[in-house]
Amino acid sequence: MALAAIYNLFIINKSGGLIYYKDYGSAGRMDTNDSLRLASLWHSMHAISQQLSPTPGCNGIDLLQAHNFDLHCFQSLTGTKFFVVCETGAPNMEMLLKVIYELYTDFVLKNPFYEMEMPIRCELFDHNLAQVIQKDRVALLGR
Amino acid sequence: MPPAPKSGDALFASVDRVNAELFTLTYGAIVRQLLTDLEEVEEVNKQLDQMGYNIGTRLVDEFLAKSNVSRCVDFKETADVIAKLGFKMFLGVTATVTNWDAEGTSCSLVLEDNPLVDFVELPDTCQGLQYCNLLSGVIRGALEMVSMKTEVTWVRDMLRGDDAYEMRVKLIKQVPEEYPYKDDD
Repeated sequence: MALAAIYNLFIINKSGGLIYYKDYGSAGRMDTNDSLRLASLWHSMHAISQQLSPTPGCNGIDLLQAHNFDLHCFQSLTGTKFFVVCETGAPNMEMLLKVIYELYTDFVLKNPFYEMEMPIRCELFDHNLAQVIQKDRVALLGR
Repeated sequence: MPPAPKSGDALFASVDRVNAELFTLTYGAIVRQLLTDLEEVEEVNKQLDQMGYNIGTRLVDEFLAKSNVSRCVDFKETADVIAKLGFKMFLGVTATVTNWDAEGTSCSLVLEDNPLVDFVELPDTCQGLQYCNLLSGVIRGALEMVSMKTEVTWVRDMLRGDDAYEMRVKLIKQVPEEYPYKDDD
């Protein structure tokens, strides 16, 4: 049940390259090239949204709503972007993104064999991410 | 609403810790091995700085993820956050920020207590060694990831007979985060 709420997860490095992509049951229409292209497009759109802001200090798009999905985006101060595509109105997505950021710092950045800015291939990260995504929403709420 | 920033003590309590002696002795073993491998003290200083830099570029994200601090308004706030939260989270001690210059671009971080140097006595042959050069590298690397180019140097070192550990942090320039939109940029 809980699994269905999230369609996919992207992580983009600060230059706009896709470094992690995970599908959780979207209609399965995206191959690697598609996901890479969408990620760099989102990177640019995010930058444009900052330019559109009438006041300074804008951090770009946090939430994009469509009639059949929501896209929640979180950008760390170091420029790495995390975003999930989920069901409309799925709760606690900001919290989820923050937890994913913590997992990234623990299991990706602390892995001495991970090269910065390169695609993430870390089993520990995959494993812990799966646990967080599957966890009941109530558990996330309690953090 | 983003969660409120954690205090230094709360932050320290929330991270895993290791035995202090294991940490101190491991660092000592690394410095010793570098001295054996590189032979020149100056080279060891450089290598420690580079190692610190590499650590800093990764560690800054963990700090940001776990401390909930938001963007600092100026370099003064940045220095305070490093001294009170950063040092506390990773080393269990806090530093004092002093000696600001008039422009607010360089300051000193003073450490009274430095867990890296327990048991250490510098021999005569290593007088030029900046034993804690890793720390200054960490700060330089971490700040570079949040768009601040800095220069970090040691000005006081208890291993050389001073009364405290003092690092001078100088902001060289703030790299703008904006993307180059114009073709002629």
